[in-house]
Amino acid sequence: MSANDPDLESLLLRSQLWRGDRRAEVAVPSEPTGHATLDALLPGGGWPRAALTELLVRTAGIGELSLLAPMLARLSRQDTWIALVAPPHLPYAPALAAAGVALSRLLLIQAEQGADRLWAMEQALASGACSAVIGWPAFVHERGLRRLQLAAEHGQALGIFFSSGQATSSSLAALRLELHPADARGPIPGNDTAPARLGVRVLKVRGPGIGNTLALDVRPGMPVRPQEPSPPPAARQRTA
Amino acid sequence: MLWLALHLPLLPLEVFLRGHADTPEESGSAVPPFAVAEGHPPRRILLPDRKALHCGVQPGMGVSAAYGLAPDLLVRSRDIAQETAALEGLALWAEQFTPVVHVAEPDALLLEIGGCLRLFEGLENLTALVREGLSALGFTATLACAPTPTGALLFARHRLETAFTDLPTLRVHLARLPLDGLDVTPATLTALRDMGVRTLGECLRLPRDGLARRFGPALLVTLDRAFGHRPDPRAPFVPPPRFRSRLTLPVPVPEVEPLLFGARRLVGELAGFLTGRGAGVTRFLFRLEHDGRPATGIPIELSMPSRDATHLNALVRERFSRTMLPAPVEAMVLDCEETMQLAPRNFSLFASDATGTEQRTALVERLRARLGREAIHGLALVPEHRPELAFREAEPGTTSTPESAGAVGSVGGMGSAVASPRPLWLLSKPEPVAEAALTFLSGPERIESGWWDGHDARRDYFIAQRRNGALVWAYREHAPDGSTMKWYIHGLFA
Repeated sequence: MSANDPDLESLLLRSQLWRGDRRAEVAVPSEPTGHATLDALLPGGGWPRAALTELLVRTAGIGELSLLAPMLARLSRQDTWIALVAPPHLPYAPALAAAGVALSRLLLIQAEQGADRLWAMEQALASGACSAVIGWPAFVHERGLRRLQLAAEHGQALGIFFSSGQATSSSLAALRLELHPADARGPIPGNDTAPARLGVRVLKVRGPGIGNTLALDVRPGMPVRPQEPSPPPAARQRTA
Repeated sequence: MLWLALHLPLLPLEVFLRGHADTPEESGSAVPPFAVAEGHPPRRILLPDRKALHCGVQPGMGVSAAYGLAPDLLVRSRDIAQETAALEGLALWAEQFTPVVHVAEPDALLLEIGGCLRLFEGLENLTALVREGLSALGFTATLACAPTPTGALLFARHRLETAFTDLPTLRVHLARLPLDGLDVTPATLTALRDMGVRTLGECLRLPRDGLARRFGPALLVTLDRAFGHRPDPRAPFVPPPRFRSRLTLPVPVPEVEPLLFGARRLVGELAGFLTGRGAGVTRFLFRLEHDGRPATGIPIELSMPSRDATHLNALVRERFSRTMLPAPVEAMVLDCEETMQLAPRNFSLFASDATGTEQRTALVERLRARLGREAIHGLALVPEHRPELAFREAEPGTTSTPESAGAVGSVGGMGSAVASPRPLWLLSKPEPVAEAALTFLSGPERIESGWWDGHDARRDYFIAQRRNGALVWAYREHAPDGSTMKWYIHGLFA
């Protein structure tokens, strides 16, 4: 039986008929991530707005910020702050600008104490002056998370925080993703396009899709693995 | 003309008590029973507070008798100067309602409200606003409204909350008021009572020439003014150019948290003062006075003028919570030297951007009040080859000049069309790394610069992968003599 069968087609058009292959539509106001394959996995088609997202990262430098870059670039065109609370390193302005982020919309907040970091995140989320708040809290206890969640709802802001906690422990965040290098097992012989990919595992989501994994090419401009084994880089002899 | 009289019957008590919360959970410590007494040293109780009344302390009682009833009673001598200051502070605050405010010493204010009733949508709304504001500042008042200022004041002093808007009604009711409360000497009052005169109406029915001969013209003038037979000019209060308000605490306060209560009262006065002049404030100072020590100054700065009490209070709270008190606080002063004109907020047809700007500025100020000014900043690009100098911390919201997409591709913008990727994280201090730990993906990119300013850099940058999967921006540095080379990680392609 094909879909061209007139009877079947008219049946499918009737809204009373529920089709098992459709994902339940959950109304989650969201901000597209800019990565189509990731958007497809998330119920609202992006980062949930007015809610918290937790990103579990155990290794820095695997593309965890590049994952956010398209969203930051788009939100930076609005007349609101994008707050970065207690980033672990210097957010590098030339790279951010190259990613299309308007630097004038960035608000960098330095805070040493864990309590100050949470406070600053809460203030920024609740202020209504931030479209997104990205934070690196030292630790997050349940009460703190609850406060952040309320603040995000109050300020209708997108809250994202990085943690290195256990993937198994429960969290109040609306969305939890675990990030890992897609080829952490080491060099893959003959695979020249692998190194720049970021692996994403969905730990928690409002709606179906828990446990899904995918690999994203979040740093498209990055070089692929060179053919000759390293070291030495070619330039070394030149300068010596 | 329509006048609103604000009579403050508890003013001598409230100048001492309004800086301290009534409830123990807010004040931290309970205040003992308190009373204000006449005389210096105190001799006769003038006004006891609620707790003292509960112990049986009555106005007019000797101080020693009062101590007998309430051994922990705290007695202070009446402070007329402070009462006057409080009245003037209130007059400043009341200018948000009307430009014509008169201080009727010792215990009342007169507001000409005929011209502003429509603005405040009627008398009931206005009195409700005034009452709410007064109680937020810690004052109790009787509010009476009448077409003549003297009339309004008479009703208020008799604790009659009346609202007469036309003269005939006023005259009918005024005639029934008892004599006391009139601004005349006690001797005149006694003489009138001895004549069998009990009310203002009876007094007016006496032959005028005889009354004038016996008691002088003052009594008739007062009566005529009250009844509206004679003009009653009132000198409007002339506000001082700067705002200054002082709050005495009934007991010294050793901690910061209970001080916030009194601070809120002072900020409320300031906000009213600013609203009245259409102004905002960018800088004000709290001075916390100690006994026998220099005062603790807490300056509060804003980047944009504001008169929003909620916002100002939030800033004060953050600044106070970071303050260490060297000694208990006896009194606090709010001093505001300069104000700035602030455009009144209009209701805009379109969702206004002004509120957005205000919100953004308010957030920056709140964060800075707690974390310090330098903890909050933005980013701007700098045309410079050395990666660690290609950006700077800027005031939030600063637009860097080469921010257009084209200029960014050529990092540094000095004519070099370098399109090689830059890492999103830069390490503030390059991290030494063993060459063997890196798998090189691309490079080198030679960056050689800075020979002119003593920070000579001659580096070859590579994009490399570490064993844990991270992509890093690594460089090897050439020693000046070219002999040795060390490897560093300068950034992470996060």
